[in-house]
Amino acid sequence: MPGASFMNWSEPAFVLSFRAHGEWDARVSVFSKNQGRYAGLVKGGQSSRHKNQWQPGHLVNATWRARLFEHLGTCTGEALRDYSAGILHLPLALAALSSACALIECATPERMALPALYDALAGLLPLDEGADDLARYVRFEGEVLKALGYGLDLSSCALTATTRDLVYISPKTGRAVNKDAAAPWAHQLLPLPRFLREAVMPEFSQVCEGLSVTGYFLERHVFPNLGAGALQAVTARRQRLLDLAEARTKTSGASEVA
Amino acid sequence: MNFNDNNPLQRLIALLAKLPGLGPRSARRVVLSLMKKPEATLRPLAHALIEVADNMKSCAACGNLDTQDPCHICDDARRDRSMICVIEDVGDLWAMERSGIYRGLYHVLGGTLSALDGVGPDQLRIASLVRRIAESKQTTPVHEVILALNATLEGQTTAHYVAEQIGSSGISITRLAHGLPVGGELDYLDDGTLTAAFTARQKAS
Repeated sequence: MPGASFMNWSEPAFVLSFRAHGEWDARVSVFSKNQGRYAGLVKGGQSSRHKNQWQPGHLVNATWRARLFEHLGTCTGEALRDYSAGILHLPLALAALSSACALIECATPERMALPALYDALAGLLPLDEGADDLARYVRFEGEVLKALGYGLDLSSCALTATTRDLVYISPKTGRAVNKDAAAPWAHQLLPLPRFLREAVMPEFSQVCEGLSVTGYFLERHVFPNLGAGALQAVTARRQRLLDLAEARTKTSGASEVA
Repeated sequence: MNFNDNNPLQRLIALLAKLPGLGPRSARRVVLSLMKKPEATLRPLAHALIEVADNMKSCAACGNLDTQDPCHICDDARRDRSMICVIEDVGDLWAMERSGIYRGLYHVLGGTLSALDGVGPDQLRIASLVRRIAESKQTTPVHEVILALNATLEGQTTAHYVAEQIGSSGISITRLAHGLPVGGELDYLDDGTLTAAFTARQKAS
């Protein structure tokens, strides 16, 4: 890991949140590949220069320092890439970015390296408003589940071990289920959108289905462990994304009919 | 000088030190300066503070802070009542007024949507904006709503939400442009501002 020790590390990190701290400073939360999620104080963080740099979704070359490990620590940084400026006019992309940042901020443990999740977030950005962008977001939520130990296993059927006709997912185990094998319990199973298994271009309706699947497992395994504030933050942002995605499904469906 | 807690000077210093931009040291300097010219500064300041404290009101229509309700802006017959500029705070309203560029009405939301801070649509004055637009149809209908919210993730999320809420009323919804500041040089601009400016480029002729 580049230039790192417990109390002093420096590497690229995504900004997850920015909050005013006192009159001049700011408290930020960043997520790096080798260090995980860290909170830090940015001195003078409310100045226009710093405020611009530490917006959620930005990639910065962050340096975190603290005298003792249990201290909050101070953060300095240099902007590497701004992922939110180009999407300020795109409500769906903005909601997806906002939800992704909130999920990592509220659901992942602090100061624990989660490199696969970092790669998933890096792969999610930059965002746009296409169905394929939202499909990437659904896969990102799958990575969040995996990073927290509740990963979905979509490689083969839980009942027959076959890799063909996997159209359902078990709500209990999170494993894929074959169409024929699932017939007796089909009404109890969740639909498995095709884009989660194969590299196909999804439609908005399938993406919404995918969001429902990951949402089910997040609600079952992850959300019960969150505090009231964190839960409210994650669910409010995710619900906003769901609402916008469903509205887009209706408009795209209407345009197809027309 | 050694003060106890009941000393009026000490109380004044402690109160001033709570204000933004002032700490205990600068509060002491302010108090000393006021005491050197009590008739010229201290008494007028005390009178002005009491007057504002006694008469301060939040405008029921726009949320502006003023000494009358409706505020001076909402009460001004020369204002263009067909335009409403939606802003986050009273400070933004003052900034817009200083520029003198806008002659319509305002609507102060009182913040932006922030899930992390527990600020939802119910905590902001969004419903009153929708109601205000609907009620305007009986007098001077609103033709345009300008969303002048901060170019941040939360500011623009709020702008999109407000636009959705008033979108069905059939009025024109615009937002402030993001991009090059006046006097800004491309070489010194950050990537984000440059990206926003590029996205919002306009026809030169």
